[in-house]
Parts: sequence; C-alpha cells; structure tokens
Amino acid sequence: MITDAPRIVTARVGREDSFSIETYLATGGYEGLRKALSMAPSDVAAEVNKASLLGRGGAGFPAGRKWSMLRQAPTRYLVVNGDESEPATFKDHMLIENDPHQIIEGTAIAAYATGAEQAFIYCRGEFALGLERLQQACNEAYAHGALGADILGTGYALDIVIHPGAGAYICGEETALLESLEGKRGFPRIKPPYFPAAVGLYGEPTVVNNVETVANLPWVITNGADAFTALGAGSSTGTRLFALSGRVVHPGWFEIEMSKTTFRDLIYDPSLGGGISGGRELRAFIPGGVSAPWFGPDQLDLGLDQDAVGKAGSMLGSGSVVVMDSDTCPVRAAWRIAQFFHRESCGQCTPCREGSGWIEKLMFRLEQGLGQEKDVDLVLDACDNISPGLSWPPKQTTICVLGPSIPSAIVSVAKMFPDELALHVKEGACPFPPDAVRRG
Amino acid sequence: MGRLSPENRSRAEAIVALYPRPRSALIPLCHLAQAQDGWLTREAMEEIGELVGCTPAEVRGTATFYDMLHTEPVGRHVLTVCTNIACMLAGAYEVLDHAEASLGISVGQTTADGEFTLEEAECLAGCDRAPCVQVNHRFFGPLDPEGFDDLVEQLRAGRLADTVPPHGTLSRVERKVALPALAAKAAAAGSAPGGAKGQGGAKGQRRGPVPA
Repeated sequence: MITDAPRIVTARVGREDSFSIETYLATGGYEGLRKALSMAPSDVAAEVNKASLLGRGGAGFPAGRKWSMLRQAPTRYLVVNGDESEPATFKDHMLIENDPHQIIEGTAIAAYATGAEQAFIYCRGEFALGLERLQQACNEAYAHGALGADILGTGYALDIVIHPGAGAYICGEETALLESLEGKRGFPRIKPPYFPAAVGLYGEPTVVNNVETVANLPWVITNGADAFTALGAGSSTGTRLFALSGRVVHPGWFEIEMSKTTFRDLIYDPSLGGGISGGRELRAFIPGGVSAPWFGPDQLDLGLDQDAVGKAGSMLGSGSVVVMDSDTCPVRAAWRIAQFFHRESCGQCTPCREGSGWIEKLMFRLEQGLGQEKDVDLVLDACDNISPGLSWPPKQTTICVLGPSIPSAIVSVAKMFPDELALHVKEGACPFPPDAVRRG
Repeated sequence: MGRLSPENRSRAEAIVALYPRPRSALIPLCHLAQAQDGWLTREAMEEIGELVGCTPAEVRGTATFYDMLHTEPVGRHVLTVCTNIACMLAGAYEVLDHAEASLGISVGQTTADGEFTLEEAECLAGCDRAPCVQVNHRFFGPLDPEGFDDLVEQLRAGRLADTVPPHGTLSRVERKVALPALAAKAAAAGSAPGGAKGQGGAKGQRRGPVPA
C-alpha cells in the first residue's frame, strides 16, 4: 500500500535552490535545532530513543541506543558517515546534493544530544558537487549563527568539518572510516572494542551516524517522537529512502513509509518503479544492497520492514533494491558483485582477500561457459571458507563484514538458479543476451 | 610543479588547522595537491608529510590505498565509467567497450595527447542515471555510446569547462570560516596544529579536556 505519509527527509528536494540557506530557512530550517537547544541534551536523546529511529546506513541499529552507549569522557566526537558506496545505493548522495543544510542541522542536534565537542561529516570523495554544497552550507550556517561559538545565541559551541574521502568502499565501515579520518589507510579495526562509542576517533568515544539518519533528526525534534512512531510499524518507524535501480521503468529514489509498502508496490506501482522495463518478467531482486541475499517473485508481497525482511532471510540493508528481469543473466550479476568485493577487499584478512579472488574467477569462468559442474561446489566451498555454514545472518572469519557479505549473491544464484548455472556448463556459453544500453 | 604554490600552501595550513591532529588532513591535502598538478608528485607527497607530521612513504602508502589519488600522471580529463551492477544492467560494458575503441586506449591508459585517461569504476552512486560516467568526478548519464562520443567531443572543444573543473575534488570547495573557539582552545592546550613534527609528533598532539 502506498500511503500519504509526509516526506520527512526529501520535503525540499525538487524546489529551486533546495540546497541554499534561503530555501532552508523559508521552510522551517534550523527550527529543530533551536528547539533541541532549548531542551536538556538528555531529553533530546530520550526523544530520539523514543522515536526508535533505526540507523539508515545498513546495519539498522537504533540511533538512540548507539548514543546511549557512549563512554563517559571529557572529549567526545560525532562523525557522520556520508561515504555511501554500497552498489546501487544513491540516497545519501541525493540528500547531500539537494539538502545539505538538513544534514548540518541534524548533525548539530546529534552533537548536542551526545555532548560531542566537534563533528565531522565524512563525505565520499567522488561526490565533488556534494562536497561543494556541504561546505557552502557549512559556511552559510556559520554566518547564520547555526554553527560556531554561540549557536543561535544559546552559548552552545560546535564546529563541523566537512571531510572528503578518496575512493574506497571499505571506508563506509565505521572503524575503517575513523582510520581514514585519522589520515590512514581504510583498514577496519580489530574488534573488540566493538563500538566506536567506547574507542573511536583518536581513541575517544565517538558516535558514527549515517547521513539519512541525522537528516531525520530536525523533523523528529520539531514534530516529536510520537509523530514519527505513528509512521511505519513495529520497530521500523518513520519513512525511509529506497533507491531503486536495474531493469525497472523508473529507476530512482523514493521516500516511503516503512512497513506499509511492499516490494511489489515499489517495483510495479506507476508512481514508483513503474514495472519491469520492456514489459518483461521479474526474475529476482536484491532487497537491500549487494551484500544482501536475493529474493524471487514469491517475496514481492513482503513489506519494506526491517524485521520482516530479516525473518525472510535477507536484509533491508542500505535500502537499495536492484531489479533483474527475465533477460538478466543471474550468473553474470553474481560475478559482477563478486568482482566488486574482490576489488574493494582491503586485504587485511586472508579469507576475504584470497577468497574473493577465487570466487570472482570461478564465477567468471562459469558465466563464460568455460566452467565445469564441480566448479559450483568449488565456489560454494570458497564461500564457506569466508562464512562457515553459509547461514544468514552470516558467520564471520574476518575483521569486518565485507568478507561475509561476498557469499550472499553466490549462494542466492546456487539456490535459486541451479538450472541456469547448469545450462552455462552444458552449452559452453552464456544462454542470456548481453546487457545492452536501453535506447528510446 | 611539485611543491605547493604559496597560495595552496596557506590553504593547506588552514586545512591542517581544522583537525585535532594534523595527520587527519592527509587526504584533503592529497586532493589539494592533485588539484594543483593533476596527480601526486613525489615533491607534493614530501611536503604533505612535512605538513601532517609523517614520512613521505606513509603519505604514499596511504594515498595508494585510495582509488581517486593518482601517484602517476593522468590526462587532463579522467573519464570514469561505472560498470557495477546497476550500470551493468543498463549496458555499461557496451559503453566501456565503445570508450576503449573510440579513444584507442585501454582502461588505465591515457591518450597520447594527454587529454583523456580512461578508468573503470565501482558504483558511483549515480544508479538513477545508469550507465553513468564521471569526468573529473562530475556526473554524466545516462549515456549510450553516441552520448559518450558527444561528451568527449564537448570536452575536447572546451565547451564543458564550467561544468568540469580541473582535477581535485576539492578544487571548488572553500571553507570560509575559521574556528576561533576551537583553535584558541588548542593553542591554550599547547598544541597549535600545523607544525611539521616527527613521526611521534602527531600522537602527542592530543587536546586537553574541554567541557562540552
């Protein structure tokens, strides 16, 4: 069902100069921060906790709970993760370019609630325009008095630094991001300590929140937690941005009320995805980023709900849905995903560094029709070495979750498309048409 | 070429001053040096090391981890074709094959006239305009082979100079605000950032306790 829920994070998108402070102030901008600063920091945190705002980066950890885990220390930091790199995820990119002030306001609210003395927004380096817009917004916010030494005349002081990345998927992993922010290679840190809330940036307690997560905060504070929890169902409250791509008529982002809307609505409704392009049939879809196990047409009526998707054996993850149609070679799709992980493995852990290469080569051989029947077992064995048991959620033999994310696509193909795999071997060639540019 | 110009040197010092520890400025300074020279020269890496308090080898070792930082010369325009899942399903390999043929180079190479370097990228978060291409990290898409040729033609003729600035993702990013409060605190704690320190220097530059 498509509801008439308000647009929380995309209300300004589409307006002229939606990124300017004039537009922002004319549409209620910085009122959430003003209200937050009139409250005690602990009350702001309590309100966000009550809203049950789940982290929008991929793991779906409640933001309020993350804040409450912060170790007591004189110096605390807030880092906003804008290193969006999960394949087919482009929601944060859109928010950064179109409404940077909302991110700055949300960052300031989060910093106030958590007692952070300095905040960093780590923006993916490839978002050149986004970096310009964020820095411009930051400059404007200082001039307006919404950042700096005496915010909105309350005496509260905060500085935000816009920090550029330089091209590395792994830096979206929060401990790798902190290493990168410290000026080093983006190597995820060994756990424990499990959470930057205990040991984070420069060893100090640090909150790392996703861009979309903080973008929700001005609305949550202005309208209250009850208004937020009135949207969605269960623990999946509020709205969420979904990034739809692949073989659909209208690829794009959609802000949708959580839980109420189904994958079928998202993919087929004329106001959303508009159906499969070329009038073909749906073969499979990825429900939440390429780290997630795939779903088939039988799962279309599942709600866009974190718990429901989790129970069905996958994850809502980063909110990106990739649609594969009847012309899509599932083996090729899984190979390309494996190649991505192989290229982006940071190289610290042997199972991931070596395993991803083996998997990529085996999948390529199978896709090209050069494989043998036993290659399927071999590739699954390589997957099992990275994530023993090939269960969901995956078991881990590596420092971070990049490694255990690799088997998802491969296991999905082996389970859902054994006949298609066998056909590649039998025919000695890929039986599907090449992926061509859509014309007209 | 190589060392930072006086203007970029002062920009670099201002960037270093933003962070509690100078080493954090390493990546932004690499972007700055690339904006100046198009790539990271040996001299630039040495100077960045001086500015952030680490060795040139550490600068190189860090820079080579990141796809956007070039430790060898590249063309005036770096064309980055995304072939990840969403772009692949929209025909990105057709675009990439065409790009190689029409430019006469393979992925990773630069045209003889120094105009174009061709790269293949992982997902650039432009999936709603797949297949997408970046030129010096500015987005174009969706592109078919004809659209790619048209883009190359326009770049060659200099008609996109306003849209596509030179290298360096930060070339148009300018922080216009200083940090009076925090800089003063840092100075009071005896840790004015920005100085060239030895390897252990950065570690010792912890700011004293500051009330929230």
